[in-house]
Amino acid sequence: MAILINKDTKVICQGITGSFGAQHTRGCLHYGTKLVGGVTPGKGGKKDENGLPIFDTVEQAVAATGASATMIFVPPPFAGDAILEAASVGMELIIAVTEGVPVQDMVKVRAELDRINNERRLNGEPVLYLVGPNCPGVITPGPKTGGGTSTSDPYTKAGCKIGIMPGYINRHISEVKSGKAVGIVSRSGTLTYEAVWQTSNLGLAQSTCVGIGGDPVRGMGFIECLELFEQDPETHGVLMIGEIGGSDEEVAARWAKEHMTKPLAGFIAGRTAPPGKRMGHAGAIISGGEGGAEEKIAALRSCGYEIAETPADMGAAMARALGLK
Amino acid sequence: MKIHEYQARALLSDAGVPVPPGQMIESADLAGATYKRVVSEAGLGDGGLAVVKAQVHAGGRGKAGFVKLVRSAEEATEAARFMLSNRMVSAQTPPEGLEVNRLLIAAGVDIEKEYYLAITTDRGSRKNVLIASAEGGVDIEEVAAKNPDAILKEPIHPHLGLQPHQAMALAYRLGFQGKQVRQASSIMMALAKLFVEKDCSLAEINPLIVTPASAEHPDGQVLAIDAKFNFDDNAMFRHKELQELFDPSEENENELRAGRFGLSYIQLDGNIGCLVNGAGLAMATMDIVKHCGGTPANFLDVGGGASEEAVTEGFRIILSDNAVQGVLVNIFGGIMRCDVIAQAVVNAAKEVGFKVPLVVRLEGTNVEAGRKILDDAKSEIPTMQSATDLADAAKRVCEAVGA
Repeated sequence: MAILINKDTKVICQGITGSFGAQHTRGCLHYGTKLVGGVTPGKGGKKDENGLPIFDTVEQAVAATGASATMIFVPPPFAGDAILEAASVGMELIIAVTEGVPVQDMVKVRAELDRINNERRLNGEPVLYLVGPNCPGVITPGPKTGGGTSTSDPYTKAGCKIGIMPGYINRHISEVKSGKAVGIVSRSGTLTYEAVWQTSNLGLAQSTCVGIGGDPVRGMGFIECLELFEQDPETHGVLMIGEIGGSDEEVAARWAKEHMTKPLAGFIAGRTAPPGKRMGHAGAIISGGEGGAEEKIAALRSCGYEIAETPADMGAAMARALGLK
Repeated sequence: MKIHEYQARALLSDAGVPVPPGQMIESADLAGATYKRVVSEAGLGDGGLAVVKAQVHAGGRGKAGFVKLVRSAEEATEAARFMLSNRMVSAQTPPEGLEVNRLLIAAGVDIEKEYYLAITTDRGSRKNVLIASAEGGVDIEEVAAKNPDAILKEPIHPHLGLQPHQAMALAYRLGFQGKQVRQASSIMMALAKLFVEKDCSLAEINPLIVTPASAEHPDGQVLAIDAKFNFDDNAMFRHKELQELFDPSEENENELRAGRFGLSYIQLDGNIGCLVNGAGLAMATMDIVKHCGGTPANFLDVGGGASEEAVTEGFRIILSDNAVQGVLVNIFGGIMRCDVIAQAVVNAAKEVGFKVPLVVRLEGTNVEAGRKILDDAKSEIPTMQSATDLADAAKRVCEAVGA
């Protein structure tokens, strides 16, 4: 089960011939992802270093491969258009890794995606999920069955990684003693890896990890992820990792209090960040009295989250929430 | 990116928003003549009111004495001399204050009423939103806290933009009357257009004012007196014209240096230098340092694609801060490879030398290769310790600096 992606998800890469696109296409293949092709306008008909077919347009790629998910590494000035191109040909999952997309581009893109989804709902078609931009991607771990160092010897035959995260730190439920798998949703990439690593070390598996990205206007938010995790029978608890800026965490916590039955743990980064300074992420800034860490932590706590007091406590907080010591 | 008030006035003026006459000067010698020209352009005679304002990004100028009303060329010159030869100290500046290099001399206007007008991107609704209040001229955050009903908000359609009927309705709700309504709504339309065209993250007119009734303007005039613009750094690639407005003297030198290498660095006032990949993990690393009793000297996110050279520059910047008594490296490799970081540690050790304790925690992509590079270089970097995890790393570096 898991959420969003599984071993059967067919994926293409937009921007497959760029240096990051090529590097992470290889990384995903080594993990075991069913990557079936890529798109770079002008290079259609060629093959990439792994022998994957390259197409000029997403439309051609979908027609030839049947892919339902795409991983975008297109440079920032063209990333918004790449997202819209994928949406226009019926993609169900768009994972935009690109960092540095202008906010006004995303305001327009997001409005168009919302319109497309309204249309899809009316027509009874599957809705589209956008993850990112400026995100590490999504991983549904599979049990380790191979070396993970080449396309012919992938890490797992039953998992899927779409994005840039290290796969080997994840654990499948069949590999842990606790018999528990948690969902992880986070605004920060490397902090997600930290959380995965900690949970794995404590004997917890991950059902799916979603890095929703650090930009102020993006695709999926915490609530959509929580909702999917709540419905997923293989997810036993959820670890939500937020940071300063905006009020998404507070809104999500209130939603969770109403709608979530599964154990929840949370961490908020940026307790020591000074107001008015943008902490790397375009979204991570405390301004106008909004977005401070203490308010967010208080909101999470009052809505039933087990709080990780430090970033080293994320895995342990999840374990506590699950009632494991 | 931020710009100065005089630059913001020029942007507004180009967009068709009326602003009182004004001119930027960099020398007090020009103050007298500039005063005369500005008041004459405003239709005021000698003795007319003008204002001299220091052009710095930090707020609190008025209280610091860096906004002065003047009524003669002599007074303008005196105010200009003072501001250009003294450092401005306010609640928003560093304790040693800021050097002032540019001044704005603007014609004074009589004010009947002040309003607030701004556009920003609302993260919750994922739309740009026009924010307005009839209580302008003061700290709008205070108004928002004390009397939230006094703040009106109008969402802007992502594809259609602000529509004329919205601007008109908002002008009426704010209490503009007669010919003021059309003037105010045109200003709103112009500001909305500017916001999108220039990729702003904030466009603010505060105050937007109405002048008293006169024979020429029986309903008064609606004018923008002060303006503030912030721009989306991600969109600067398509705004050469805005890049030219950038004033490096307003920025921290180390932050600029880091920016040139694609690093995100923010100077803080502690003694533990931090080098981390990823903004969230960098913030979290600062948090745990503080939790262990230390204080971070900086935020430094080396990002995902940084080269060995860029990371080495990151170390140079951290070590150039004399307050730094210990350095914590926390890397969880994804895009970033641990061997790149390790090689940069070795480079920095060779070039600058780690005289202070160095604690390194590596995990993720190519971690084995990274650890091997550091192990091989151990004898050359005697102050280096390896940490097993994040908590261990923070504890070690705090102990090493005696925090």
